Amino acid sequence: MKRLLVLIAMVGLALPGVRAGQVATELHFCLHSEPKTFDPLLVDDVNSETIRYLTGGVLIRIDRKTQQLTPELAASWEVDRAGRRIAFHLRPNLKFSDGTPFSAEDVAYTMKRLMDPETHSPTADPFRSSDAPAQITVSGTLTVSILFGAPVSGLERLFDQVAITSARSPLKTAAVLGPYSVAEYKPGAEVLLSRNPNYWKVDVQGVRLPYIDRIRLEIQRNRDIELVRFRRGELDLISSLDADTFDDLAKVAPRSVFDAGASLESEMMWFNQAPSAPLPAYKLAWFQSTAFRRAVSEAINRADICRIVYRGRARPAEGPISPANRFWFNAALKPHAYDVASSRRRLESDGFRIRNGRLYDREGHPVEFSVVTNAGNHNRERIASMLQQDLEAIGIRLNVVTLDFPSLIERITKTFDYESCLLGLTNFDLDPSAQMNVWLSSAANHQWNPSQKQPATAWEAEIDKLVRAQAGETRAEVRKRYFDRVQQIVWEQAPFLYLVTKDSLTGISPEVQNSSPVAMTPQAFWNIEFLRKQVPPAGSR
Amino acid sequence: MKRSQLVAISILAVLLVAALVSGAARADSHARQFRDLPEARPSSAFPLGTDDLGRDRLSRLLFATGISLVLAPAAAVLATVLAALVGGMAGYFGRWWDKCTVRVIDLMLSLPWLFLLLAARALLPLNAPPVASLAMTYGLLAVLGWAGPARVVRAGTLRLRQSAFVLQATAEGCGALRILWRHVIPNLKPLLLAQFWTTIPVFILAEANLGLLGLSASEPFPTWGNLLRELQNPFSVRLESFAPLAVVMLSVACFKLATPSQERYT
Repeated sequence: MKRLLVLIAMVGLALPGVRAGQVATELHFCLHSEPKTFDPLLVDDVNSETIRYLTGGVLIRIDRKTQQLTPELAASWEVDRAGRRIAFHLRPNLKFSDGTPFSAEDVAYTMKRLMDPETHSPTADPFRSSDAPAQITVSGTLTVSILFGAPVSGLERLFDQVAITSARSPLKTAAVLGPYSVAEYKPGAEVLLSRNPNYWKVDVQGVRLPYIDRIRLEIQRNRDIELVRFRRGELDLISSLDADTFDDLAKVAPRSVFDAGASLESEMMWFNQAPSAPLPAYKLAWFQSTAFRRAVSEAINRADICRIVYRGRARPAEGPISPANRFWFNAALKPHAYDVASSRRRLESDGFRIRNGRLYDREGHPVEFSVVTNAGNHNRERIASMLQQDLEAIGIRLNVVTLDFPSLIERITKTFDYESCLLGLTNFDLDPSAQMNVWLSSAANHQWNPSQKQPATAWEAEIDKLVRAQAGETRAEVRKRYFDRVQQIVWEQAPFLYLVTKDSLTGISPEVQNSSPVAMTPQAFWNIEFLRKQVPPAGSR
Repeated sequence: MKRSQLVAISILAVLLVAALVSGAARADSHARQFRDLPEARPSSAFPLGTDDLGRDRLSRLLFATGISLVLAPAAAVLATVLAALVGGMAGYFGRWWDKCTVRVIDLMLSLPWLFLLLAARALLPLNAPPVASLAMTYGLLAVLGWAGPARVVRAGTLRLRQSAFVLQATAEGCGALRILWRHVIPNLKPLLLAQFWTTIPVFILAEANLGLLGLSASEPFPTWGNLLRELQNPFSVRLESFAPLAVVMLSVACFKLATPSQERYT
């Protein structure tokens, strides 16, 4: 009888449907290259960011679904009206993964280390609103306030990136407050994360989160292999699918693919307007003409690009902010309409003439220019090919040039030896302050005419004024008004021709429950602590 | 000429004629996008269906075939001429000239071709029309591809230099250039011809590699390389997508079969 009971117990452990917790559950997915660091304050790559998201405990989290701020380690917080000081009131009785108690001292330690120039933390950059050092004041064990030298725009949102590390733990940055901690790292092969036994969150039934015991992150650079492994059921999640792959997967496993709607990624084109560019003066004059840029934009059939290149899993883009960015998107804007007749009228009003199907400028130069893009990106090459046919309708000859990525970057950032460029844009941060390095005319990333000493045009001067004003403002609605105007100017002047906003496409195994993919990264596992994994029947894989 | 060579050359000729006739019948048929018919199945209008932008696959395949069958042999001619000049002079004049040439050949053969091609291609003018960019791509292949044949030509010339008829010509007071031009090069003809034929498939495959990386002809020109990219996604591949692969394999096999034997020389 005793043997029978043991046997029943052993069979019970191997069967599906046994109580969660009796059989360890493991989630598998891929990192696309080696994480550069496990120190959460030094993260500046996507893979390290994934580890930080899964292991780091933060004071405030941006809920990826609602895009609202939610309290995490801080039960509440206050920001003063000037936007310089933030005070946190921490949750009591929290512990790091190694059992070290969490207190305001840890927040102070983390912030001091973050703001220390010697740390060289990329996460600290948005906090550096002035040269004055931040003053950190600890009051008791659960209250800490930080005073910055100047107002920091969107201050509280920046804490989504600041994972708190322990001031006292002997494990240093390996002691974490997030749902998982790093259990094992095999360089070049995988990172194994195990459940943090001291994680503070519980579900509505009082069960301690996260539900899944381990996460195995395999380091896999080859997206095709990743896809094959996902199809075989060896991986549970796959993010940032392209539309072709998404459709292929949907045919064989419709329950495993999710289209979360508009993402924060868009494709765009711009003309080189830099006066120092080695271009003939007449071409520079075309590119600097708003009428020319708008005419080109109106000749582009964005709906066709969405339908053909992205199989309907994209939408014509309105401007620099995707509709997925709910607060900052300027809903009054619509994508530039596809209107060849209007495009021709604009060109004629700007002195261009069409003769025998070719467009000529007022000096008689035939309008022909090249667009550079990175080789190997099949979607961009297809877009470029469609642009060729679209622009032919207004008599423009477009030469498509695909370059290896380093050569492309060299041309668009150093030599400026290009005429127009087709590339993608991904906004990881919802807050427009993160785009200051693009919109300020003095910025090196002001792609169409970088590093200007004085704004070259009145509208660029106005953008400069607006983005500076929004950065120094703390009232969200006022900032929104300023940035809506920036979007309006960009729409009118078309320094970037926004083409499409791609959908956020993910693959999630049907064994993973409670998933709810979103536009923001990490799309598939933003609610990692609530994900459950059904244990497959023995031998089902 | 052997029967197999005759068959191979006939097949290549048929392919070339089909490509030229198709191109002459409708010059832009490879580029025109039928946007309401992307990825259409084969039909009477589109015997191989359409690609993902709604372009006629057959027209594109024939256009690419024409390009490769014209430009690859042209590049092979250029590479063979360079090989004949460099290898012939090294073999015949010997001494420091030979030593230097051998080092240069070794250097050329040890260079990572693909990266060199990428670098060279990045320097091409951006506004070159597609046909010019394609010609430049093949030109680069020729300029970078002469070293292998040059080594063979040098070895052949070395042997000829010590042959009885060259010794006799030297003894009778013939000048070096006259001997090279009248006696050595004519005797190298079978060797050069063999090098020419063996170089063509090498260039075809090199272009296909560049095309697979998206670095061959620019849009809307199709080449065998960029047509083969359709096979990159094994999950969505269709039977008709294998047509370019079949034509490339057939052509490369034909070029190999058409390569004359070097027995006459050796």
